[in-house]
Amino acid sequence: MKLIKHLIIFLFLLNLNNILYAKDPSALINEIVDEAAAVLSSNDPVESKIIKLNAIAESSVDINGIGMYTLGKYRKSINDEQKSKYQKLFRSYFLKSFSSRLVDYTNPKINVVSQKKINEKYTIVNSILEATSKRPQVKIDWRIYTKNPDRPLIRDLIVEGLSLARTQKEEFNSIIQNNDGDINALFKTLEEFLIK
Amino acid sequence: MNKLLAILIVILFSSTSNVAIAGDDGNLKLNGNNNNGYKEVGDCFEKINRGVFAFNQALDKVVFKPLAKGYRMFPQPIRSGTSNALNNLGNVVTIPNNVLQGQFKDAGVNSARFIINSTLGIAGIFDVASYYGLKKRDKEDYGQTLGVWGAGPGCYFVLPVLGPTTVRDSLGSVVNLIGGDAWYNVTVVNDTQYFSEADYYASRLLSGIDFRAKNLESFDSLENSSVDLYASVRSLYLQDRYRKIRNIDKTTETLSDDDWEELDSQ
Repeated sequence: MKLIKHLIIFLFLLNLNNILYAKDPSALINEIVDEAAAVLSSNDPVESKIIKLNAIAESSVDINGIGMYTLGKYRKSINDEQKSKYQKLFRSYFLKSFSSRLVDYTNPKINVVSQKKINEKYTIVNSILEATSKRPQVKIDWRIYTKNPDRPLIRDLIVEGLSLARTQKEEFNSIIQNNDGDINALFKTLEEFLIK
Repeated sequence: MNKLLAILIVILFSSTSNVAIAGDDGNLKLNGNNNNGYKEVGDCFEKINRGVFAFNQALDKVVFKPLAKGYRMFPQPIRSGTSNALNNLGNVVTIPNNVLQGQFKDAGVNSARFIINSTLGIAGIFDVASYYGLKKRDKEDYGQTLGVWGAGPGCYFVLPVLGPTTVRDSLGSVVNLIGGDAWYNVTVVNDTQYFSEADYYASRLLSGIDFRAKNLESFDSLENSSVDLYASVRSLYLQDRYRKIRNIDKTTETLSDDDWEELDSQ
């Protein structure tokens, strides 16, 4: 009986420990938005900003997960060598694309408004990119992968209801499909993008 | 007239099947089967579509983008007023579609907004209705109504100048031209002493420029980071229409977890 009691206390403390150390998905978004805003509003040269933005992305985005998702049905038909090559190419592509999109913004103001847990693995964080004189306000939702609660990771950005990961997947699939299912065509396209 | 009727019947039949007319190079299916109700959409004439898309891109570079940049130079209040007036005009299509989709509360709110903004708001330039608590609702069109009624999208294709569409959405646009758009009726169809045909086309052109001006940076960003811009635009268009037809506002309802779940289990 005593043993069971100790076991229950132990499990409770273990769970409490998890709760205490689990990172809230909204906190993750607030954190990276603040970090990115600090980088973008600084007087650093563009190259330095890009390096810092890439570091933020590497620590908070599940780049490998997004990469495999964007391959769609083709991820099942590639071998280990192709997979490894793709992951390297995708990482470089993602970071280049990510930083070049962001670096033009001087001080984007994003406010987290709410979050909804879909299941154990995913939480959607809802935020608003404030309007400027050039464009209206934009609704941005973040799909956060919470399988490891200590280290939640971003897997998708949904801008005004449009999923960037899905768009990317359909773009890559179109390239492969239009080249008779040859994944090397995608590799070539990504390599060309990287040297542009 | 008979010819128009025949075209309408052909479009109607092809739009009611999920994947209609199979074209020369058309076996590309988008959006998968098992995706939270996402319908497969065939890009039936992809080679032709890509050609039209390239033409539209060139036209955009030479005409629409410079016009949008010029429009951006106007002070913010002028741009907001123009945008408000165009949105107000859009209510004459949204209201009947609210009714056709059974959204009677929205139809009431939009009607009240239209009356208040057209009068107190001086032809819709000022959004006075929002001040009275009548917040702006989403736009609705006949393509969306057909979707709500269960019509499939049919083939995806790209129209010169007008851009991406599907058979169903084109049919929806045809409804505007055969009496479904009160603004078209008073300008182009009826020769009233207050409005002329030119007013209609000017409003359409201004609408396009206003939209382009609001999205200058996002289009540039998409263009710079895209490895197949045609496929990206197609995906974005289809996602947007899907969301609008289902009148989905929450992200948790728009996304299927299937793809992600499958990824996690590998």
